[in-house]
Amino acid sequence: MATPHFLVHDHVDNVGVIVVEDVEAGQDLTGWVMDKDETITIKALDPIPLGHKIAVVDLKSGDTVMKYGHDVGKLVTDAGKGHHVHTHNAKTKRW
Amino acid sequence: MNDWNFMGYRRENGRIGIRNHVIILPLDDLSNAACEAVANNIKGTMAIPHAYGRLQFGEDLEVHFRTLIGTGCNANVAACVVIGIEPQWTQRVVDGIAETGKPVEGFAIEGNGDINTIASASRKAMEFVQWATEKQREECTLNELWVSTKCGESDTTSGLGANPTVGNLIDKFDDAGATTCFGETSELTGAEKVCATRAATPEVGQKFLDTWQAYMDEVIEPNKTSDLSDSQPTKGNIAGGLTTIEEKAFGNLQKIGKVAKFIDVLQPAEMPAKGPGLYFMDTSSAAAECVTLQAAAGFVVHLFPTGQGNVIGNPIEPVIKLSANPMTARTMSEHIDVDVSGILRREMTMDEAGDKLIECTLRTCNGRLTAAEALGHREYVMTKLYRSA
Repeated sequence: MATPHFLVHDHVDNVGVIVVEDVEAGQDLTGWVMDKDETITIKALDPIPLGHKIAVVDLKSGDTVMKYGHDVGKLVTDAGKGHHVHTHNAKTKRW
Repeated sequence: MNDWNFMGYRRENGRIGIRNHVIILPLDDLSNAACEAVANNIKGTMAIPHAYGRLQFGEDLEVHFRTLIGTGCNANVAACVVIGIEPQWTQRVVDGIAETGKPVEGFAIEGNGDINTIASASRKAMEFVQWATEKQREECTLNELWVSTKCGESDTTSGLGANPTVGNLIDKFDDAGATTCFGETSELTGAEKVCATRAATPEVGQKFLDTWQAYMDEVIEPNKTSDLSDSQPTKGNIAGGLTTIEEKAFGNLQKIGKVAKFIDVLQPAEMPAKGPGLYFMDTSSAAAECVTLQAAAGFVVHLFPTGQGNVIGNPIEPVIKLSANPMTARTMSEHIDVDVSGILRREMTMDEAGDKLIECTLRTCNGRLTAAEALGHREYVMTKLYRSA
């Protein structure tokens, strides 16, 4: 497999991490699901910086964000598959 | 494990150091000027100025003494001059360090003034440095090495690459009988239950959860603001793509690998006493506070994964920095000892990254200066539990 655009830690995760610079809206992305060593493809619907998260499934407000196979927060607005997931639409459950 | 042997300094108490510092240690803020003057007079010595030491009491004072005495006791220190404003507390630090058997002498400023104190302390520092510089390195085995870790200015590449690289090393070093340590109590929030499952026994796991809960109850809850005023995660974390403390915590936890179990929970700056293995220490998650406490507990080399580019060092414990963020590795290359960004491009496996970090760690133990040492980073920050009296 060529250099991936994004990585997903665990196959139950609903977000992946962009690992290349300058991803633009409309770009077709290839992702590597690390624990299963599988390849998935998604079209980016936002420009997403290196290190930031992309929804790999359609997410609704109130959904739990899954990463590392664990609960890492919740959606506070909807984020469809391919959209940027960050502080504008997700929040901690702790404080 | 012969290929993991390294050349270190065997101290009077049997502990192994990888540096040979003669330090000029102030008891308190008032003594910084005299210590810096001594270090300026006598080449090859190093002053370690800090901000506190007056009117502290109770557990806060105990942490202060443990940190100072532990710093002097660290095997990277060959000999130590202590200067304090008054003789009694100065002597308490001297006596604590003297238990290692290494040369240590204290000087008090009251009744003498700075100039006479600096003159006497300089003569002793010169004697110590000429003695210490004749010390020779000898071959040491990995089970004599004490390694600490803490991450900083983390981003999502930390959890994907740099932190699991440290974890890979920790698992391998744990097998080889090294003594290792992680901390950052508040920054395990969200992953605290998973962290507790990594304890060697249910009792140690409960001790960890009690420690974490106490930090929440005593530090976070009474003072908390929304998103902890952008401190957990930090502005830098957020710029790097980390959204929540839970996400940061699971990334953080990658540093202890997949197999190693922690065998005890240490108080801040407490020396491990259960033999080789992985330890958790109750620390703040601020880089310099955490590394200062780990160095004071006796750890001699530090592994510091960074995402967005933290530049921290420590005066006595070399800090090795690694990053999996290709932008940081490019734009801040002078700070990065080990570039593991190849993991994100699938050019490097985690096992290969771990071996690359092991190689750099052993070279550092043999004497190679880290980026932080070469750049003069000597952040030494006391942990303060509450306001002074």
